Amino acid sequence: MLSSLGSAGGKSAKPSFVSYVTPEEIKSEKEPSRKEKHPDLLPGEVVFCSASTVLKYTQDDLSQRGVFGVLLCTNFRVSFVSDEAPTEEMLFKNKLYGENDIPLSCVDNIYGDKRKLITGGLVKNKYPSKMIIHCKDLRVFQFSLSFSKEEDAKKIFQGIVHHCLEPKSLRCLFAFSYCENTSYPGSYSYCREHLVSSRSLGFLLFPVYFIVPKNVSDEDLTKYQGKGLPMWCWSHHSGCALFKTASIPLVQEDNVPQTYMEKMLTAVAHNHLYSVKTEDLSDTLPTVQDILLSYNRFKQFFLIDNTTEFWMSDMKWFSSLDNCGWLDIIRQCLQKAVEVVESLEKENTNVLIMEEGGSDLCCVVSSLVQLMLDPYYRTLLGFQSLVQKEWVAGGHAFLDRSNHLHLKDKVESPVFLLFLECVWQLQQQHGPAFQFSETYLTVLSDSIHVPVFTTFLFNNDGHRDSLLRAESPHTQRSPLNCPTVWDWSVQFDCKAQDLFTNPLYTEKPKQDTSVRKSYRPRHLRQLSLPSSAFKTPPKKGFFKDEADNLKKILGVKRLSRWMLSPSSDSPQTSSSVREFYEAWQTKPLDYHGLLLPCLDGPSIRVWMQRYLRWIHDVQILGGGPVAMLSKVSEILGEVQELQRQLDRHGCTLTSNHKGARPRAKTAAAVIAARSSVRLSSSFPFVTSRNWSFKPAIPTSLLQSLMVTGMAGNLADREDDGGPESLV
Amino acid sequence: MVLFLTGHYPIVHVFCNSVDSTSTSRSDRSTHAAKTPYAMSSDNVSTSTEFSPELRVLRDSNKEEPQLLPKESVQDMAKDVTYICPYIGALRGTLTVTNYRLFFRCMDREPAFVLDLPLGVVSRVEKIGGASSRGEVSYGLVCKDIRNLRFAHKQMEDSLRKSIFEILMKFAFPVSNGLPIFAFEYGQVYPENGWKVYDAQAEYKRQGIPNESWRITKVNDHYEVCDTYPSNLVVPVNIPDEELKRVAAFRAKGRIPVLSWIHPESQATVTRCSQPMVGVNGKRSKDDEKYLQAIMDANAQSHKLFIFDARPSVNAAANKMKGGGYESEDAYQNAELVFLDIHNIHVMRESLRKLKEVVYPNIEESHWLSNLESTHWLEHIKLILAGALRIADKVESGKTSVVVHCSDGWDRTAQLTSLAMLMLDGHYRTIRGFQVLLEKEWLSFGHRFQLRIGHGDKNHTDADRSPVFLQFIDCVWQIARQFPAAFEFNEYFLVTILDHMYSCLFGTFMCNSEQQRVKEELPKKTVSLWAYINSQLEEFTNPLYVNYSNHVLFPVVSMRHLELWVGYYIRWNPRMRPQEPVHQRYKELLAKRAELQKRVEELQRDVTNRSASSTERAGSPTRSITPVQTFV
Repeated sequence: MLSSLGSAGGKSAKPSFVSYVTPEEIKSEKEPSRKEKHPDLLPGEVVFCSASTVLKYTQDDLSQRGVFGVLLCTNFRVSFVSDEAPTEEMLFKNKLYGENDIPLSCVDNIYGDKRKLITGGLVKNKYPSKMIIHCKDLRVFQFSLSFSKEEDAKKIFQGIVHHCLEPKSLRCLFAFSYCENTSYPGSYSYCREHLVSSRSLGFLLFPVYFIVPKNVSDEDLTKYQGKGLPMWCWSHHSGCALFKTASIPLVQEDNVPQTYMEKMLTAVAHNHLYSVKTEDLSDTLPTVQDILLSYNRFKQFFLIDNTTEFWMSDMKWFSSLDNCGWLDIIRQCLQKAVEVVESLEKENTNVLIMEEGGSDLCCVVSSLVQLMLDPYYRTLLGFQSLVQKEWVAGGHAFLDRSNHLHLKDKVESPVFLLFLECVWQLQQQHGPAFQFSETYLTVLSDSIHVPVFTTFLFNNDGHRDSLLRAESPHTQRSPLNCPTVWDWSVQFDCKAQDLFTNPLYTEKPKQDTSVRKSYRPRHLRQLSLPSSAFKTPPKKGFFKDEADNLKKILGVKRLSRWMLSPSSDSPQTSSSVREFYEAWQTKPLDYHGLLLPCLDGPSIRVWMQRYLRWIHDVQILGGGPVAMLSKVSEILGEVQELQRQLDRHGCTLTSNHKGARPRAKTAAAVIAARSSVRLSSSFPFVTSRNWSFKPAIPTSLLQSLMVTGMAGNLADREDDGGPESLV
Repeated sequence: MVLFLTGHYPIVHVFCNSVDSTSTSRSDRSTHAAKTPYAMSSDNVSTSTEFSPELRVLRDSNKEEPQLLPKESVQDMAKDVTYICPYIGALRGTLTVTNYRLFFRCMDREPAFVLDLPLGVVSRVEKIGGASSRGEVSYGLVCKDIRNLRFAHKQMEDSLRKSIFEILMKFAFPVSNGLPIFAFEYGQVYPENGWKVYDAQAEYKRQGIPNESWRITKVNDHYEVCDTYPSNLVVPVNIPDEELKRVAAFRAKGRIPVLSWIHPESQATVTRCSQPMVGVNGKRSKDDEKYLQAIMDANAQSHKLFIFDARPSVNAAANKMKGGGYESEDAYQNAELVFLDIHNIHVMRESLRKLKEVVYPNIEESHWLSNLESTHWLEHIKLILAGALRIADKVESGKTSVVVHCSDGWDRTAQLTSLAMLMLDGHYRTIRGFQVLLEKEWLSFGHRFQLRIGHGDKNHTDADRSPVFLQFIDCVWQIARQFPAAFEFNEYFLVTILDHMYSCLFGTFMCNSEQQRVKEELPKKTVSLWAYINSQLEEFTNPLYVNYSNHVLFPVVSMRHLELWVGYYIRWNPRMRPQEPVHQRYKELLAKRAELQKRVEELQRDVTNRSASSTERAGSPTRSITPVQTFV
């Protein structure tokens, strides 16, 4: 047969999947007589409704294949339990939810027949035959309800819509019933620092402890409900520091706020050795609404219902990516952070960043600045404390921004995800500088939507304390004990957690560790200590000794002046940032020193692991970063084995090699245990079972080339000979 | 190899310490350039130390002149020449032109700035404008390796004296000026004769040929049947030489279908040829039809044959006007024809031109991705990879033999067969295997390097020039990026091949066919690039290489996984260069392992010696230690 266009799409819809059982087969042999299946319920989890003989399609809806099973809706998740025998255990299994479970807060959108968006409240007595669920972790589920009993189907559909889309109260979130039913040990002592409940200042937005310049009086603290109050974030070793604040509207008749602001700025600058630069982030960075808008467009590229659609969009991939602006927002945030770093590092000025609430982009920028400047925050523990400090204690409104409660008046926006995106960019540019792996960041981004962790459920510390206390079944003295996201054992076993560390991380050479004796959290504070002239709020002298010490060291004073930053959009700024980067680049790279990201077009990439992991057609079987990782782990394993052999002989190698630390031992074992040939670029999120080894052949290759037309009629020309031989 | 790590890590090029005679690669980064020594110094010919970069760094760090290669001679030198660097700005220094290279050195900077490029890289030299207000004349050099250089110097007072750029024109385009290409003069001796890397018979023997279905024919021994084919051809056993000649009459340029690769298990084959001379009247050839049937019959596993025509169907049809065309389904029973929609050399040349505009010298920050898309470069890469993937899939999963052709079968066909073979056969993913692949599919089967590159030819508008081979190497890079442990070679290996394709230092990429190479006595008169590369394999080795043995690689040919090869196209931009090549860390790791292995072995030897001498302690615990396995 002579096909006219080999690559023509559509008709070549040969499914590229290993077939499951077809619907007909199942229907004939399996009757609902068998016992209703349940997933293993978590403590406090209650099943609301369920329907049997639901068909879950495989990814490609054109193939109409799938598996039958029971679809349930509980107070924690939407769960599909297959009628078939459970398949092989996944290596990277989440203990809270399986691959066919969707935590309620993780449901992003639900679509009915003809891809009609379902919104809460409108569902009455009707149900679609097919339901598509898009998840916030970018999984896509497609269920057919047409084989189930009508009543069941109606019930499960309405149940899912009700629990996933309609407004609810915070107390309905699963965390509360989960925690009441688990005796969760309060083992996360270090994070508790921020949870201690002592409200002294009367405004809830602030953490219990925070640091302000010395000559800010207590009166000032309460004046504008904390607005316009510069809070210390981090100090450079030269003495200048980064502050952030919620801005106060300056246009007011009585000029009082303005005077107040000036006083605050002088407070930041005056008693310190350096001048102040202020950066109003709302002037230069996108708003939270812009961020949401851009992300919503961006994520659509990965929520793929079928492969035809996927390949159709492939040709316009780069321009679509460009047009949604998400990568540009990432670049802008990183650039702003580099500007701040430049002020601190090169110009030695204090920097005060502000925005309206002081807890969205301020958090993004201040944490990025600290990641770039301070190697401690690139360790697992350090990163954790950075998030706790800048985001959780810093009052980022996690609850509102993720809008778990589906309230209309809240501004949803993936600000924290944006931060993780920026971290990922830094990490992929400077791999060995980070102790944590890409997988760690991906898992962290998923955990935002698991409504179990107190970390992401509240708007600020005060909010958390009051709620946990109110919900506590016991005495008033002990608030409800809930896990934080940092207790990874709630989600993953030790083996899986090993994948969170980067085997190529360069640890700090030994001799330096004597300076910083311990990795225990409270000592870590020494690293990022406020320089001088600080005081802590009256209640505690938490940092007092350390501050005093530094004050002695920095006995010099400079004339203080303060200046306002020029509009950062000016070409001057960006060229100055460029020069700063270039100057840094010519110096030898120190993974424990300042890290700057390259911001040029090709350097800002898509976080493939997070966004492409569920899309079957782009899995690189036997390839991807894991192929490299497994080889590195193998070598590391050998190095350790050799080291052990030497140790057995009682002789140790004196050379102080950087890298090659035994830490990746178990990760090595995990990966090496499976042949790397069988692993794919989606590792560890998808196992390759049930996959065909047939490559995905792109369909509809030609269209765009033909349509766009080539310059002139080059395409028609013969390969050889000049222009005269135009065909 | 490192280099392929993305997704996680920046793409890295391996520029430090590389011993590379072209050293063009590092030019604009003065620190690197200053360190870059020449691979072959005129003295000190074949000692092993000569490949140690450190020694040479010391030797040439403070010279204004380049260190010359054997037979290289300075043709002209000019002081006070300004090089207008797009990244640093104007630099004043000394310009030297030899019969091989252009060398510019600016001593005002610390470290000194050096620009060192082989003249073969120059595509054209233009005088820009007249004398400027400062009495300077300006010259632009357009290079084949994605950069443009601008120089300016004072107007000569003595108008009779030739400007250095006129000298440069002469030696940059030796072919147009009746001069020999430098490769014919350069006489460096290397430990290995690179021309011996590929032996057609040995390669076919590796594949198990001859066997009961395929034989090696000598019919083209004197290039009489096809002057663009190699002398050794593999054809079906039951087709006698006389019939081959009749088939040749029906195929464009006499390029009959011959075997490129055979599957070790299924016996499915990849064969290549040119288009059939069907013409507007739909001519048929019984011999050709029988021949393709014989190819199909040689594979007992399948009763089908796939013919992959690399062209878009429209173009294939248009070729009928000129006597060419494609196989009709009536004439070729059991054959299925598939068009792969890959465009011709002119489209590719235009695409690269646009790409250069987008990436050099600076990248426009906004709309980078849209600009990249508008060049269609990656789209072409995707189509080529997709075509190769379909071929590999048919052979591997379908166990079906395939015939691949385009119009003449030396551009797109070479891309497709060699990429498919790279996916199917792990041998070609080793350093030496890759050399064999290039020698076989590209050089011996007559990819017209001389015409496509235009070595030493000043006619830069020649419509025969096209970046076909560059596209192929780009595709290899894309696959290696997706499979970072599957290739024995690293990114630097690929960059080096491309650099020397232009440099005209080695004979490897000279001429258009095997016949021409034999006639020009290239193996006798020039040095092979493989001699240079194989003399310092460590530079080109991927520290993470895992021999996947017979694993077939199916790359994902989605735009989501294709990326512009920054380490090649944007390497001149200092901002895009990482400070420390990522592979550095793997090398350290390997070094540490080697060190430990040595220690353990020493200890074991010690212990064995001691326990051998003192027999009373027979049950020494050290006996239980198993020997350490070595992987490298």
